Amino acid sequence: MEHNLLELFYLIGSLTFIIGLKMLSNPKSARRGNLLAAGGMGIAILGTLIFYKQDVPGIIYALILGAMAIGTIAGWFAAKKVQMTAMPQMVSLFNGMGGACAMLIGLIEFHHFLEADDNIGLLTVLASLVIGSVSFAGSIIAWAKLNGNMKKEIRLPKYNIINTLVMISIFVLLALVVGGWVNEVPAIYALFAISLLYGILLVIPIGGADMPVVISLLNSFTGMAAAFAGFLYNNHVMLTGGILVGSAGTILTVIMCKAMNRSLTNVIFGAFGGGGAASTANVGDKSVKDISIADTAVLLNYSKKVVIVPGYGLAVAQAQHVIHELETILEERGVEVKYAIHPVAGRMPGHMNVLLAESNVDYEKLIEMDIINPEFPNTDVVLVVGANDVVNPAAKTDPGSPIYGMPILDVESAHNIIVNKRSMSAGYAGIDNELFYQPKTSMLFGSAKQVLTDLVTELKNMN
Amino acid sequence: MTDFLSFISLHIDMVYVLILSIFVGVEVIGKVPSVLHTPLMSGANAIHGVIVVGAIIVMLNAGVNNTLALILGFIAVILGTLNVVGGFVVTDRMLEMFKKKKD
Repeated sequence: MEHNLLELFYLIGSLTFIIGLKMLSNPKSARRGNLLAAGGMGIAILGTLIFYKQDVPGIIYALILGAMAIGTIAGWFAAKKVQMTAMPQMVSLFNGMGGACAMLIGLIEFHHFLEADDNIGLLTVLASLVIGSVSFAGSIIAWAKLNGNMKKEIRLPKYNIINTLVMISIFVLLALVVGGWVNEVPAIYALFAISLLYGILLVIPIGGADMPVVISLLNSFTGMAAAFAGFLYNNHVMLTGGILVGSAGTILTVIMCKAMNRSLTNVIFGAFGGGGAASTANVGDKSVKDISIADTAVLLNYSKKVVIVPGYGLAVAQAQHVIHELETILEERGVEVKYAIHPVAGRMPGHMNVLLAESNVDYEKLIEMDIINPEFPNTDVVLVVGANDVVNPAAKTDPGSPIYGMPILDVESAHNIIVNKRSMSAGYAGIDNELFYQPKTSMLFGSAKQVLTDLVTELKNMN
Repeated sequence: MTDFLSFISLHIDMVYVLILSIFVGVEVIGKVPSVLHTPLMSGANAIHGVIVVGAIIVMLNAGVNNTLALILGFIAVILGTLNVVGGFVVTDRMLEMFKKKKD
């Protein structure tokens, strides 16, 4: 009876995960989808607590509920407090927690399978341990990098070869342990250590626009770790939940790679940053043109069509609300204003949409790259705020550039381009931008928030 | 080899679930607009928190005297719950913003 009820609870859980994910891929139903999946998760957890095993001592229940209370409070506060700009590191951190959970389960459970001499079971538990450890270590590094606690890219000499060797050694060790050719317990701990090392090595050389891809990849890793653990316990809800995320996460990773015109191998084995140095050298003595706040205000005021290109810099400066104010004023004056959203604007795909939505920018005004690109030739002014790499023409013209091949916003074809930047420093990918030196381009230096506030004041005074 | 085959036939329903779930995952995500990539990633992130069920099972099976398993299990339940609760709450916060201006 208990067992049947438990299976029913798990069935409901699995269904809500599938339907919830489906609903999450449509803007109208997304929020309900998320709540539905959360409800299903609650049912699966509750079912496990009540029906999984009878006659468990009360103290163990107390411990489980205590741990769940701690996790709930910590998770709730972290999620409620986090700034929208810091969302990518938060997701990465939560992902790392899931990976660590799989890792700990693997560490506890492998003994049983060793004792029972169940080789396939052992392989499953070790797969969960290895993938969980890689995901945990990798996510923590990704979190530290996005949070700015760590230098952006660290490349050991011949890191590709080192990483591949470490990966191979994981497989070799796995085979040795499962085949019973080595003393298992120390070998499993070695496997654990090497997996953590691999997670670190996998993420440290990756930088710039590739971070979202890595987070998405690690996300699907944790999904797979959960699925292996599901196999272990013959647990359907863990299997479906884990595999869904594993396959959905992989597809999402591929979609993101496509948006940047890179292959996944290219991201992981990092051609990034290779030829960049040569391209930067030849722009040393070019000059840029400054523009004042007043001139910018006049230009914007008498334009018919303005396209704003927001980048992560806008969000860092917390200037989303001011830019919405600017947009509203211009619209009142009869100027058509749109936002051009690059697929990887921000630090994650769709991140910029979330940030702008937070400041009440109309959903209809956020235009995707492929749709806005043909509109640039009849755009009077493009205002680039805190974006850099996504408008860098080198992606189209300079085969030596590390971002060569990445689709960009064709702001060059607009009549005027105004770029707001704090200074002339390079973008997140660490490369120079030809766009700044073109005759049509004017630079509006200053912090995004200050400059935009001044622009709004100037525009208000103009009538 | 015999090991492997008997494992497959013993868990044949799990193998079916595994294969079909892969297709469902691919199918469900296939046509998502790029605006929703971040919430989707975050929502999927919360769903793999189902690993917490495994952590709970570890603790239920542990027995009062298995201190090591209880300690590690305790930490695993905390981390798994963090993943679940944090993931769903953060996703909800993001989606709330999308919804606001539709009203």
